[in-house]
Parts: sequence; structure tokens; C-alpha cells
Amino acid sequence: MKNNPPRVALFATCLVDAMRPQIGFAALALLEQVNCVVEVPMGQTCCGQPALNSGDQDGTRKIAKQNIKLLAGFDHVVVPSGSCAATIKKDYPDLFEADPVWHAKAVDLANRTYELLSYMSDIWAWRPKDVSCAATATYHDSCSGLRSLNVQAQPRKMLAGVAGLEMRPLEGANVCCGFGGTFCVKYPDISNAIVGEKAAAINATGADLLLGGDLGCLMNMAGKLHRDGSKVRAFHTAEILAGMGDGLAIGETA
Amino acid sequence: MNAFHGRVTAALADATLKIAIDRTTNTARAKRAAAIAAWPEFAQARVLGRDIKDHVIANMEYYLNQFETNAKKTGAKIHWARTGQEACEIVVGICKAANAKTVTRSKSMLGEEIGLPHALEAAGIERVETDLAEHIIQLAHEKPSHIIWPALHKTREQVGDLFRANHTDPGALETVEQMVNSARRNLREKFMAADVGISGANFLIADTGAICTVTNEGNAELTTTPPRVHIVTAGIEKLVPSMVEAMTMLRLLVRSATGAELTQYTTFHAGPKRTGDVDGPEEFHIVLVDAGRTTMLAEGLAEMLRCLRCGACMNHCVVYRQIGGHAYGATYPGPMGSVITPSLDGLEKSQDLPRACTLNGQCQEVCPVAIPLPKLIRGWRTKAWVQGYEPVYTAWALRIWEFLALRPALYQIASNMALRVMPVFAKGGWIAKMPLAGGWTRYRDMPRPQAATFLAQYKKRQAAK
Repeated sequence: MKNNPPRVALFATCLVDAMRPQIGFAALALLEQVNCVVEVPMGQTCCGQPALNSGDQDGTRKIAKQNIKLLAGFDHVVVPSGSCAATIKKDYPDLFEADPVWHAKAVDLANRTYELLSYMSDIWAWRPKDVSCAATATYHDSCSGLRSLNVQAQPRKMLAGVAGLEMRPLEGANVCCGFGGTFCVKYPDISNAIVGEKAAAINATGADLLLGGDLGCLMNMAGKLHRDGSKVRAFHTAEILAGMGDGLAIGETA
Repeated sequence: MNAFHGRVTAALADATLKIAIDRTTNTARAKRAAAIAAWPEFAQARVLGRDIKDHVIANMEYYLNQFETNAKKTGAKIHWARTGQEACEIVVGICKAANAKTVTRSKSMLGEEIGLPHALEAAGIERVETDLAEHIIQLAHEKPSHIIWPALHKTREQVGDLFRANHTDPGALETVEQMVNSARRNLREKFMAADVGISGANFLIADTGAICTVTNEGNAELTTTPPRVHIVTAGIEKLVPSMVEAMTMLRLLVRSATGAELTQYTTFHAGPKRTGDVDGPEEFHIVLVDAGRTTMLAEGLAEMLRCLRCGACMNHCVVYRQIGGHAYGATYPGPMGSVITPSLDGLEKSQDLPRACTLNGQCQEVCPVAIPLPKLIRGWRTKAWVQGYEPVYTAWALRIWEFLALRPALYQIASNMALRVMPVFAKGGWIAKMPLAGGWTRYRDMPRPQAATFLAQYKKRQAAK
């Protein structure tokens, strides 16, 4: 693979596109370190998960077809979110079970699609070099990445190579933060109770930073921590690994 | 505000309820985790358990016939009930034929599902719940809030108060042991006086016609042995081919439910008292209940019929652990309930249950028979969408969003316009309140976005290269 660098599409996800472009640039920086030829297809919007989880399968299929066409021909498709990557990898094929032509295309895309952190670690065995971040940090495992894609050890292995970063275990790191996509706005009271417990567990670690691999969950936890006056700062793991840990955390301004 | 939201609001405001939920579910999760860690073959057993159940579900008619034939050989009388109401009528009919004044009942979720407690009361038959937790909620005139611990929503302090008010000679009720002893003294005479004992069944063993009950209190044995008549009510999905499969299921069930290796009492009941037996019922009835099970099969919910009723999914559910069982407003709460209830009660009435789920997947992970609960929950959302139950506001928001998501250039224009507006509402790096974002900002701040989307910034960067 090293002699023939793969052509990689970065699928940034709708949340990163709108709410924190820096995660997209961090992903680009990481992918360039392993000599991928990276492109950002301009026709991308969203993986379709909000429609899928609201029960609109027809709408999701339209969005899925758009993405299948957009991402055809790339050797790999990399997504800086376990949740969105799982939608493409696991749900797209299921959506076209009754349609052999599109099912085959969906399976083909699924086989080429990777979540960013596991891609860097599993495919490239990448470890940070000369990256430092003088802080203590704790890690939350987002549910889709953890349970659908087995993203658990990879981010921790890579973060262990960041100079000056001390990791602190999070009690209940594998327990949902209460985001759940549209769940958090459809049932805000329940979501708040769940994220309240998560925020308490994060605060109890005494860590400076909260890290994770999914912006939705990070925004939920960071937003709750900030509302409650916590000093914990939140970053996507890719940002730390790309050496952006000395910059602005989620919700900070210069 | 609909009924579900009302119940949720009440539950979230009840600090004592949260204490009660945490005490039991935290212990349950820790004990289960220890039991699974000490059982290296768990993953294999889980696959085996899933396959056994799938096999039985696929061959339901065969095993039902086999069970009926073999149960009859033991002297049991078999009754078939298509609906819960039919099942209740059969049970009440047997009680009346036996001139029953009082019946004892050992906990059965099927009994709750079909409304048996109510049917007995309506028929003027005194009903004595013998499971300690069922005894508690009977005294409190409440319904179960968990399928393993029906009184999970009550703290031991509340139980002490309840016993003080209702028990004869309760004595001191400071410790759990004292409370148990008071319940034992009060229940013991009822056990001996009952005319009919009603139990559920954890398993129906097809090749012997026996039924299996598991308890930790021995109340099932005291319910089924002294009375003249023993009535079993069981859902048809409780079938297993033989004792061999029952053993696999027992190992999965008990570890997943309480973290123990085996329940204190695991009893196989086969037929009435035989000639020469010292004790046992004179009549032994088994009521096999469909009550929507074959409908679930037809609705694409075959995987749900694997359910062993262990409760692990609710112990691990972030939603259940905040709102408790009663907020679901149904017999079965938590993830398994969110799949079963729309089938039993109708989707329109229970549409909030599959929606009030984060789809985090931990329920499936801990399920001893690998039921794909998130997939089934999402299946109900699909049906709700197709049938037009999605609230108008969110349905239109989604349609507008889809319209844009399918037009990337327009989507970028709209996004970048929104990003220019959002900072108006920001204070520093955060937005505490913004129109159309109340669901988010009621409890959390929203980070202030940058002025342009990633795609816009990337395009600019490439152009500058």
C-alpha cells in the first residue's frame, strides 16, 4: 500500500461541516501523514442518520444513493465519527436488502468505509510523533463506534503516544451520554438527566480535557459541562492527535 | 403534553425514585458483570441460546403439540387461550369450578400482561401475591415497575412504612431481615389456606410436558404445592425442546437477571399429585397463551419472542435508569417493553416508547439471547413514520432538512447562511438560547460555530494553494 498510496475521500459529516470544521482539518492532517491522497468530495452533506432514526427509510435511501454515487471510485472513505461511519457501513446495506443492484453498491461502499481513529490505528498502525499536549484527559466511548465498529482500544493506543498527556479512566466510559441524535431534542428532559450523570462522572475524574470520537456526543457533554460551570474542555481525539490540543476547545473563542 | 411526557416529568422530579432505581440497577449491573466475567463460555452460550429460541420459534406448532401430548400424559389439563381475556376467563372458570375463595399467585409477568390480578378481583376471588415484591405492590395498590423486581421503585424505607401499616404484628421493621420475616409470618397462613395456586412458567419442556419455575424465595413451591389446584399460565414462547436446552437457558437467564449462577429454587412441575405422592395438587392446569405472540411473529418481531424476561436490558438502559418502569405506562418497561408494547397496545398509543431511546445498543450487548433491540425499536419508528404518527413539527423539519441534504449546493448556501446568523445569539463561545433550538438549549449550551462550513473553508484553502 505504501508504494501505491490509496485515494481517500474524507466524509466530514454534517456536524463537523457546520459546527467544528477544525475536526475536518485535523482529519486531513492525519490522513496526509500516512501518505493518503485525500480528497474532500464537494457533493457531501450528511449520511442520512437523522432520517433513518426518525423512521423515514425512503428519505434515507435517497440520501444513501447520493452518497454511494459520490463516494464511488475512492479506495477508502474515512469518517471522523463512529456513528456516521456505522450508518454507512452497517445501515446502508440493510436499507437496500430488497434491491440487489443498490445493495451490491452499498456493500461495496461499506467495505471501503472506515471510522477515522480506527482507520489510523488498524490500517496504518499510525502513532503520533512529536505531538505534545500537557494536560490530563479522560475518554468517552461513543456508542455506535464502540458497539458497531469496535472502536475502543485504538484511540487510547494513539493517545498514549502524545507527550505530556495523562489519561484518566472515566467511570462508565461505555455508557451512553444521552445524545442519541434527535433523541436529545425530542426528549430533552430525559437526555438532560442522562448527560447530567455523565458530566458528574467526567468532573469526578479531575481531568482537564474530555476526548471522544463523535462530535454529537462531545457537543452534548461539553454543552452540559459548560452550562453547569465545569472547567473541563472538550476536543475530538483527532484534534489532539493532529497537534491542535493547544488551540481552542469546543465552545472557546480567541 | 401527552401522557408519556407527563409520566416522565413526574418520574424525573422524584428524587426518591431515582435512589430506588440506582440501588437496585447498580447492584444488578455489577453482579451480572461479575457473573459473566466468571463464565468464559458466555459468548458461546449466548449464541446457543439464541439458536435454541430461534429453532423453537420456527417450529412452534411442532413443539406446542409435543408439549401438549406429553403434559397430558403427566395428568395435566391443557387449555389454549388466543387472547389475554380468554386466558383470564379460563383461569377464573377453573377457580370457580374448584369453589375457590382464595388463590395464591407467584409472580408472573404474563399474568400482569393479561390482567389476571384484576380478573380475579372482579370475580370476587381473594388474591394473595406471594412474591415478596409483588406482595409489596399489592399492599401499595401499584403495578410492577420492573419485570424481575416489581417493587424496584420503592426504597426499603418506604417498604417498612407499608408493612407497618398493613401487616399483623409487624414488630420492628428496621432491617431488611425484619421486613422479610414480617412478610413471611403474614404470608405463611395464606399459603396453607389457599384453594388454588397460580404460577407462571419460565420454561415449558416439550419432551416431558413439565414446566419450570425459578424463584429466590421459594414462594412458587408454596404456591403450587399445598392448594388443591395448580394453574399455570404461560406464553407459548416459553417452549424449549428438552431439559438439555432448559439448562442452557437457565444459565443464561439467571446470570443475566441477578448475577447468581442459579436461583435459590429451580423447580420442575409435572402433573398433579400421583398415587402415593405425599403432597401436590389434585388438579394441574396449564393455560397456553398466545395473546399477541403469533401477531408479533407476523409483524417481523420473531426475534423478540426469544426474550427470557431477565431484565438485563432495562438494568443497562440509560432511559429506564432515569425514568423507571412506571413512566413507560405498560406491563413491560425498558428496551424489551419498547418493542413489545406497541404490538400489544397499538403503536399510536405507545409511539413514544420506541422514540424515547438513544439507540446506544447496550441492551443488545447484554441481552442473553442477542435480541437486536435497537433494530426492532427502529423498526417501530419506521412504522410510526409511515403511518404518519411523527409529530407535525419534527416531521416537517426533517422533510425540509432532507430536501436540502439532497441538494448539496443549496445545502451549503443554507448552512453558511445559518452560520452567519447563529453568532448573533452567542455570548463568547457559547449560545445559551436560540430560536428553534430550545430542545437543545433548555439544558445545555451550544458551541458557537465558526463563520463558514468545513467545505467552504476547504475550498478556499485549496484555491489559495
